[in-house]
Amino acid sequence: MSLLLKNISLPLAPFTLEIELELAGRVSVIFGPSGAGKTSLLDLVAGLRRAESAFIQLDGQVLTDTSRGVFVATRHRGVGYVPQDLALFPHLSVRQNLLYGSKSACEASRTISFERVVEVLEIQPMLQRGIAELSGGEKQRVALARGLLASPQLLLLDEPLASLDANLKARIIPYLARIRDEFHVPMLYVTHDRHEMLALADELVVLINGKVAQSGAVPEVFRHPANLAVAGLLTVETVQPGRIVKTADGLVTVAVGSTMLSAAEQNLPADATGVYVCIRAEDVILLQTGEIASSARNRLAAIVQTVVREGPFMRVELDCGFPLAVLLTKQACDEMALEYGKQVVALVKAPHIHLIPR
Amino acid sequence: MVWFTVWVSILSTLLILPFGLAVSWLLARRQWPGKSIVETLVSMPLFMPPVATGLILLKLLGRRGTVGGFLHDHFDLDIAFTWRGVLAALCVMSFPLFVRSARMAFEEINPRLEQIARTLGAGNFRVFCTITLPLASRGIVGGMLLAFARALGEFGATIIVAGNIPGQTSTLSLAIFQSVQIGRDARAFRLLGISVLLAFAAVWGSEWFLRKKTRT
Repeated sequence: MSLLLKNISLPLAPFTLEIELELAGRVSVIFGPSGAGKTSLLDLVAGLRRAESAFIQLDGQVLTDTSRGVFVATRHRGVGYVPQDLALFPHLSVRQNLLYGSKSACEASRTISFERVVEVLEIQPMLQRGIAELSGGEKQRVALARGLLASPQLLLLDEPLASLDANLKARIIPYLARIRDEFHVPMLYVTHDRHEMLALADELVVLINGKVAQSGAVPEVFRHPANLAVAGLLTVETVQPGRIVKTADGLVTVAVGSTMLSAAEQNLPADATGVYVCIRAEDVILLQTGEIASSARNRLAAIVQTVVREGPFMRVELDCGFPLAVLLTKQACDEMALEYGKQVVALVKAPHIHLIPR
Repeated sequence: MVWFTVWVSILSTLLILPFGLAVSWLLARRQWPGKSIVETLVSMPLFMPPVATGLILLKLLGRRGTVGGFLHDHFDLDIAFTWRGVLAALCVMSFPLFVRSARMAFEEINPRLEQIARTLGAGNFRVFCTITLPLASRGIVGGMLLAFARALGEFGATIIVAGNIPGQTSTLSLAIFQSVQIGRDARAFRLLGISVLLAFAAVWGSEWFLRKKTRT
């Protein structure tokens, strides 16, 4: 898939959506806070909204080009859409909902078989039912299947799991992964849920206030958030203001309060002194006090403040001169008998400390 | 005369159906210049005295009126004081009731449903027939019932435009009025009974239809 979005300008209430973007991933996740313009972006791609100016091209076919007056009608775009409220047709049965799109597609362009979708998404038992008789998770699957069965070149998903609780969400994500792997339909997936994003995304676009704050491969964006807003949005848990003390041999020494940290940050402006220090909770290792030395550049004496369950993990807040968040498995947490007041040593490798100039 | 009333009411309801659907859809779903004017004009007959509306119609449709004169001169067609005048009065008087109900039904449909149908390859006509109409059907049927009921009972506009010519333009309401006026109470009550039966059948029939609709 190649989706080209150029010169997009769409005035929305508090800001203007302005996008320059080229996407090629199997699953490109548009990640951003509510009201960032994510849904409007999908609507533009689907042709449900007209922008002031826009150039949109999907796999070589120009869908919108305001400069030449090109605007392909929604129904000819080959773009499937699963909106946030799913928009299942309430007066039709599940089967009729599923077949709605395949009636329009001509034989040749129909590449996805009804039987296969029904099988993969496990819809068989509900085919004869009405929409009102489905549970939340079932509705989700039906909406996905309906979008797929129109054999789209691109599937747009607008926070399709937003209305589900965490448990159900975790059960639906594998279905989405199956769609990605089995039917090879590229997806543009809008979410503000980090878990969904990590589970599905090849490519990440961070959208803040109508602008692309950063885009790229997921690990890359996580390792190097472009600015503080992105870091905050990706919940890089620890973000502390610091001061660069010295730079030598590729290592940057930063003071956070009275604690000294070593970071392997490249590409800092030569005159930078004030920085934000970003550390992801997964990147911190805990040791019992008194254990042997390690290769990690940062070895911080710390005291446990809180231990809270977070999904399958435990989130531990430490005080090591500044607050430091750590994400551990339940087992690790139990083995170390972590509780309030316990003294530990936190290890962070220098490359895992990311500095953002401020 | 009873059958005349029934069939002319049915005919007026069927006649306003396509126009009413178009107008209510345009009012519910589109922004266009002059929309508020059309909105007001459509509702006017609801708020004006029916007799006044009848008078306007008479001036338009009478032999010396703009429309009536044209039709008389070119097609030898008379509207006023014929069954066509009755039909015209019923249409105008029941039109706003139908539009109000149908428009509300269209407005209640989540536009996302129609948009998604479009992403699934449906053109405007298919979207309207398979999504919009079925979802609005309760409101549309309700509007048709209201329009039909209004037509059955129409009095003021009809008597002005069409007069009360026995065997030609006399409707149930006009006949009841006349019977009471000339003291034929027995006939008035007989006609009253028929009105009650008609009203009952219309309401019961539409309730039955809507119940069936909900079940499927």
